[in-house]
Amino acid sequence: MLRFIVRRLAQMVGVVFVLSLLLFLWLRLLPGGTVSAILGDRATPESRARLEKALGLDEPLWIQYWRYLKRALTGNFGASTGVLPGRDAFDIFLARFPATIELSIFAILIAVLLGIPMGYLAARRRASLFDNSSIIVSLIGVAVPVFFLAFLLQYIFAVKLGWLPVSGRQGNINATRVTGFFVLDGLLTREWDAAWDALKHLILPALTLSTIPFAVIFRITRASVLEVLDEDFVRTAESKGLTNRVIRGRHVLRNALLPVVTTIGLQVGGLLAGAILTESVFSFGGIGEALALAFEHRDYSVLQVLIMASAATFVLVNLIVDILYAVIDPRVRTR
Amino acid sequence: MKLTRLKTTAVLAASVSLGLAGCATSDRTTDSGSATGSGSSTASGGAGDTFTFGAAGAPEVFDPYYASDGETFRVTRQIFQGLLGIKPGTADPQPELAESWEPSEDGLTWTFKLRQGVKFTDGEAFNAAAVCYNFERMFDQNEVAQAGPAEYWAYTMLGFKGSETESLYKSCEAKDDSTAVINLTRYTSDFPVMLTLESFSMQSPKALKDGDANNVQKEGDGFKYPAYAMAPVGTGPYKLGKYDEANKTISLVRNDDFWGEKAKTANIVFKIIPDESTRRQELEAGSINAYDLPNPADWKGLEDAGNKVLVRPAFNILYMGLNPEKNSKLQDLKVRKAIYMALNRDQLVATQLPEGAKVATQFMPDTVAGYNSSLQPTKYDVEGAKALLKEAGAEGMTLQFAYPSEVSRPYMPNPQSIADALTADLEAVGIKVEVVTKPWNGGYLDGVDNGLFDAWLLGWTGDYNSANNFIGTFFGSDVNDFHTWKTDFGKTLSKELSDADGIVDEGKRTTAYEALNQKIMEEYLPGLAISHSPPALVVGKGVDGLTASPLTAEMFDTVTVAKS
Repeated sequence: MLRFIVRRLAQMVGVVFVLSLLLFLWLRLLPGGTVSAILGDRATPESRARLEKALGLDEPLWIQYWRYLKRALTGNFGASTGVLPGRDAFDIFLARFPATIELSIFAILIAVLLGIPMGYLAARRRASLFDNSSIIVSLIGVAVPVFFLAFLLQYIFAVKLGWLPVSGRQGNINATRVTGFFVLDGLLTREWDAAWDALKHLILPALTLSTIPFAVIFRITRASVLEVLDEDFVRTAESKGLTNRVIRGRHVLRNALLPVVTTIGLQVGGLLAGAILTESVFSFGGIGEALALAFEHRDYSVLQVLIMASAATFVLVNLIVDILYAVIDPRVRTR
Repeated sequence: MKLTRLKTTAVLAASVSLGLAGCATSDRTTDSGSATGSGSSTASGGAGDTFTFGAAGAPEVFDPYYASDGETFRVTRQIFQGLLGIKPGTADPQPELAESWEPSEDGLTWTFKLRQGVKFTDGEAFNAAAVCYNFERMFDQNEVAQAGPAEYWAYTMLGFKGSETESLYKSCEAKDDSTAVINLTRYTSDFPVMLTLESFSMQSPKALKDGDANNVQKEGDGFKYPAYAMAPVGTGPYKLGKYDEANKTISLVRNDDFWGEKAKTANIVFKIIPDESTRRQELEAGSINAYDLPNPADWKGLEDAGNKVLVRPAFNILYMGLNPEKNSKLQDLKVRKAIYMALNRDQLVATQLPEGAKVATQFMPDTVAGYNSSLQPTKYDVEGAKALLKEAGAEGMTLQFAYPSEVSRPYMPNPQSIADALTADLEAVGIKVEVVTKPWNGGYLDGVDNGLFDAWLLGWTGDYNSANNFIGTFFGSDVNDFHTWKTDFGKTLSKELSDADGIVDEGKRTTAYEALNQKIMEEYLPGLAISHSPPALVVGKGVDGLTASPLTAEMFDTVTVAKS
C-alpha cells in the first residue's frame, strides 16, 4: 500500500511539472496579456514597451519559463497583477482555498446525502412514482444552467423571501479569522452568530453547486443498486433467510457503493469547474471566482498557481479515492 | 472492534477540535472599536450608521499614487484629499487642501495657499513641507515603479527624476507653512487641473517615510508593494477601518478629526460583487445601498422598484477609429467623410444608448473649455455618402470593422448592438463590412494598439476637465491608435495641439482649441466622433445626499441612510 501511495505521489509531481510548462506556454500564447490588462484603453506604444520590459515579458519564452521555474521551486510564484495586485499569488491561493473547500464540502454533502438514499430508494422502488420523479429531478439538475439556477435561488430565497443572503461569505460581522473556514472559525471562537451567518451564506451556493454531482451520484447509485439486486449473492443471501437489513446494508449497498465512491471522487475534483460559475455569481471569494477574475485580467502568476494547485488537488483526491476503494474492496489491495 | 475504532476516531477528532478551540480566541473584545462595527448578525445595508456600496472589483492598492482604476479611487477618494478638489456634480476644480492658487506670468511657477489647521489621520500636520515631500516622493521613483505602478504620473507629468523623458515637474518650495510653490519645466494647460486626479492626493509624510512607501519591487510577472500601500494615511472625511480580503469587504470609519464638515454616516462598507446581476439582487434584497453602472436596460425597472438611478453628466466620447495605414482607402478624406455621413447616429443614440446620450459633434463633451458649440453633427445622408465614395473611387470598398466582446464601458454599454447598427449603416451605402469581434482583453485592445483593424470602436472617459486630456490624448502625438503618421496632417495636428496646450492665457487657449476642434472635424477627420453616453449609479430606498459626478468621483461623506 505504501509503495502504491509513493508511486502515485511521484506521478502527481510529474503531472504538475508537465502542466506548469504547458500552462506557461498556453497563457503566453493567448491573445491579450498582462500589459494590456494593466494599461487598458490608455495604453500607448511607449507605455506598453516600458511595462513589458519592466516585467521581463519582452524576453524569450524559455528564459521567462526558466526564471519562473527557479522561483516556483523556492515557493515564490510571483505577485498578482489583476485579482489582488501586489499580493503574492500563492497567498491568494491560500486565502481563497478554504472558501472553495468549505463550499465543495457542503455541496458534496448535499449531493451525497440526497443522491445515495434517493438512488437506493429509486432502485428498490423501480418504475414507481418516486423513481420517475427522482429521475426528472436529477435530469433538471444536470440540464439547468448553473447561472440560471443561481439567479433563481437568489431571487426566491434572498430577494423575495429574505430568508438567506444574496451573495458573499459573511455579512458585515466583526468575525475572528482562524482557519479561513468561516463556519469552523465561528465554532472554534464561539462566535455563534458568525458561524450561523457563514452557514446561511453557504446554503444557496452549495445547493447550486450540488445539482450536478447530486444528479450523477443519484443515477450511478440507482443503476448500481439495480445491478447488484440482480446478483446471485443477493438471492443466496435471501434464500439463507438473512434479514432485509443485513441484505441491504452488508450485501446490496456495500457492493453497489464501489462505483459510487469512484464517482464521488471524480465529482469532487470536477467541482472546481462548477465553482467558477457558482462562486462568480454568488461572489463567494474562492478559487473558482479568482480563476475567472485572473483569466479576465490575464493575471499570469495567479492563473498558474490556481490551475496547478487545483490539478494537484484533483490528483490527490483521486489518490484518496483509490485508497478508499482499496479499503472497501479488499481485492484491489491484493492485486 | 469496529465500535472501538470509531470511538477512538471520535475521541481524537474531539481532542483536535478542543485543541484548536483552545488556541482560537475571539478578537471581538480587543477589536470592538474597529470599523466592522458591533458584530450584528446581518448585512448592514439600511442600518442607518452604515452606507454599503456594491463595488464591481477589488481595489488595487490604497496608495492612490500607484493606482489607476476606478474601484480603487472610489475608496481612496473618501480617505484622501488633493490640493484641488472637484466641484460636486461637475468636472470643474475647486479648492480643497489649497484654498487658492496663482500662476506666474509664464505659467511655470504656481503658488498654492494652503488650508490651515488640517491634520493627517496619524496626527501629523498638513503644511507646505508636506506638499513638497509628496511631490518629491512622486517625482523620485525607482525604475520598476516608473514602468507601471506610477502610471498616472507618467501619463500627466511625463518623466521622473533622472528619467530620459523630461518631467513637467521641476521642483517644490515651501515658502512658509501655508505657501507651497511648484515649478514646472514648461507650461501645460493640464496644470493645475490635473491635481484633481486621485493619484495626486496628499499623504502623511511620516507614514510614507515610515512605511518605505516608494519601495515597489518586481515580483515574478507583477509588482510587490510596500506595506504602506495597504495602510493609507490621508486627510479625508473617512479613514480605513479594515480590509477583510477573505470576506471581500472594505470598511471605512468616519474621521472625527476631519477639518471640514464631518461625514454624515459613520461607516462605509464596500462589498465587492463582480457580477452586475448579483449587485442588483443585493440592492433589491436591501443588503447593499448602492452600486455603480447599472445596465441601462434595468434603469426603469430599478426606479419602478423605488430606487433612484442617478445619471451622471456624460464626460466621455465613443468614437470609430480609422486606420489609414491598414486600409489605404481611408487615407482619402472623402472616404472618411462618406463613412461618417453613412452613420445614422440619431437613430443609434435613440435606440442603442441610454437616455440622455447625445450625438457627438467633436471629440470632447460640451463641458470642456475649448468645445466648439458652432459645430453641427455631420448629417446622415445615404445618397451623399454613396456619391462621395464614387467620387473617391471607393464604391463597394471593403472595411474590416472590429468591436469588443465581453465588456461594457461607460461610453459603450453594449458594444455588439452598437456595432450591429453601425454595420447595417455602412452596408446601406455599399461598403462590404468584414466584422471582427475579439474579447476586450483577449486580443481587442492589443489589436487596436497593433493596428490590426481598419475601423474599430473605442472611447474615452475624461480624467479631468481639460481639452488636452481629450484631443491631446488622441492626436497629441502622431504615433497614435489613429495612425495619423500615415496622413498628410498628422504631424501638423500634433504640433497645433502642442501649441494650443502651451498658451497660458485661458481665453486665447480656449479659442485655439475651438478652432482646432473645427479643423479636426472638417479638414482632418482622423476618426469619427460618435456619441456621449451618460453612465449612472443607483441608490436604494432611504439613501439621500449622493451627488453623481461626471468623473465618477462621488463623495460619500454627504450620504445619509434612513434607519430601517
